[in-house]
Amino acid sequence: MNPQSTLPPTPAALPPKTGDPNAAGGRGSKDPRSEVRLFAGLGHVALAVWAVIVIVPIIWTFLAAFKNTSEIFSSPWTLPAELRWENFGRAWTKAHIGRYFLNSVIVVSCSTFLTMLLGSMAAYVLARYKFWGNRAVYFLFVSGLAFPVFLALVPLFFVVKNLGLLDTHTGVVLVYSAYSLPFTVFFLAAFFKTLPSSVAEAGMIDGCGHTRLFFQVMMPMAKPGLISVAIFNIIGQWAQYQLPLVLLSNAKDKWVLTQGIADISVNAGYEADWSGLFAALTIAILPMIIVYAVFQRQIQAGLTSGAVK
Amino acid sequence: MRHGKYPFVIGFLFAPVALYVTFVIWPYAQAFWISMTNWRGLSAPQWVGFDNYRRLLDDGAFWKAVQHHGVLLLALPLITVAIALFFAFLLNVGGKSSGGQRQGVWGAKFYRVVFFFPQVLAVAIIAVLFQMVYRPNESGLINGVLMEFGLEPVLFLVKPNLALWSIIAVLVWQAVGFYVVLFSAGMASIPGEIYEAAEMDGASRVTLFFRVTLPLLWDTLQVAWVYLGIAAFDAFAIVAVLSVDGGGPDGATTVLAMEIYRNAFVYSKYGYASAMGVALFFLTLTFAALTLRLTKRESVEY
Repeated sequence: MNPQSTLPPTPAALPPKTGDPNAAGGRGSKDPRSEVRLFAGLGHVALAVWAVIVIVPIIWTFLAAFKNTSEIFSSPWTLPAELRWENFGRAWTKAHIGRYFLNSVIVVSCSTFLTMLLGSMAAYVLARYKFWGNRAVYFLFVSGLAFPVFLALVPLFFVVKNLGLLDTHTGVVLVYSAYSLPFTVFFLAAFFKTLPSSVAEAGMIDGCGHTRLFFQVMMPMAKPGLISVAIFNIIGQWAQYQLPLVLLSNAKDKWVLTQGIADISVNAGYEADWSGLFAALTIAILPMIIVYAVFQRQIQAGLTSGAVK
Repeated sequence: MRHGKYPFVIGFLFAPVALYVTFVIWPYAQAFWISMTNWRGLSAPQWVGFDNYRRLLDDGAFWKAVQHHGVLLLALPLITVAIALFFAFLLNVGGKSSGGQRQGVWGAKFYRVVFFFPQVLAVAIIAVLFQMVYRPNESGLINGVLMEFGLEPVLFLVKPNLALWSIIAVLVWQAVGFYVVLFSAGMASIPGEIYEAAEMDGASRVTLFFRVTLPLLWDTLQVAWVYLGIAAFDAFAIVAVLSVDGGGPDGATTVLAMEIYRNAFVYSKYGYASAMGVALFFLTLTFAALTLRLTKRESVEY
């Protein structure tokens, strides 16, 4: 009785009312309107439930960061009685979250820079120059995508140790960069291939050398691809846990954030400083939320771009 | 472009290749060799052939880890893909259609942003977060609620048959948003006319989903499956931080990465740990080859 085209815009998105005459038509009726309503209604419930499942643990953590230990145990679900900022002070100084955070920032910014520089250099040459061994080098890089890092963990530990780089940020930066190269080269090589060669030729005619051509013409043209891969690498390296665990185990002052938080969670149990742990978690999570909120479009594109053609 | 090409190519490739060979290729190559020795770090390694692999066959912890990978491999992709597909369908084509253009339900943008968020958090931090959520007394998020209602607390990470599923739940919690966005990208490239035509023929939502969306999304699904499979083989951070004493209780949640780490860096059994690494390598490879083979299908042109 209702042609679909007359569907009003909003009710379709609302759950069906129980007394809806359209829905009462029985099982056999194929009225698209009630079907849409029911489906969208159930869908909304499911979506809202999942949103709650995602958000609640995080909000709960933020709230607990302001409580004291007895509040955490006696009233886990209420708002904190007062804003206890000293929990954050304890996490920042006593549990060294500030230092771990800074270490993570230093390590990730250095290694992402190195990854992007070396990765785009290699990808550019492999994508746009014909030379003997080109394919072999390309596959050498791309094969790294298939290997689990854990296979290499033991020998890697000794390689780093023999180079005297164990328990140093330099070692971690070099290792992060090396392990980020397969994806970076794989992705950027495909990207550089799509760039028009007419611009490159024009640059050459104007007397541009190979190196200048790369830095002043090709790099700016490849910016969208570079940003995607950079985001992918930043998030991947920020989240690293196993590599720093192995490579920085004996230098507590050089630890990165993930290591630090994991360690605090062990100690919090001994010291019964649960509010300190919640504050530390909040310090670790909050900046990510802010960065994500600002750049969510680019981050979503950057992280999923490797998976879709 | 011929002028000075080779010095330039070599100049640009030297540093990346040197770094990559030193820290990636060389360790990988060594791992295969170390796995054939009894190296424990103090004296020089001795060649023992396949001894380590023979010992692996009798190692209960190893088989437990392999078994857990089996569970993870089935459960993680199945649950994650099912939830993500459902949500992606709702967010992209679940709503009304206006002017032939299918739309998502109301608030689709908001949901996509919120669901994706756990993806930017480090797994180790998520693991600590869920340690708090799962805590077995009234200070835990879930048990706090249960006990408020006078219910018995659930020992998520302590009960052996529940611990692995508690960990899988966290992995799903983190992964769903990523795959919602991934599938959304796939669905966005399906032309609206196909839906329109199907709807004119009287197809219901369910039919639309199974007969139109799913077949046209096959390539993306395959990618998702491989990604989640690799994640199932690489669940170190979450197990190391979240589980009771690293893979416990009593090995109920251990994974190969955990056993490799323990054997190498706690017991200094480098040869044995490397043998496990090689086993993990072949398992991953077999999985990838099998998936690509089993899911091979004529892709639909549109």
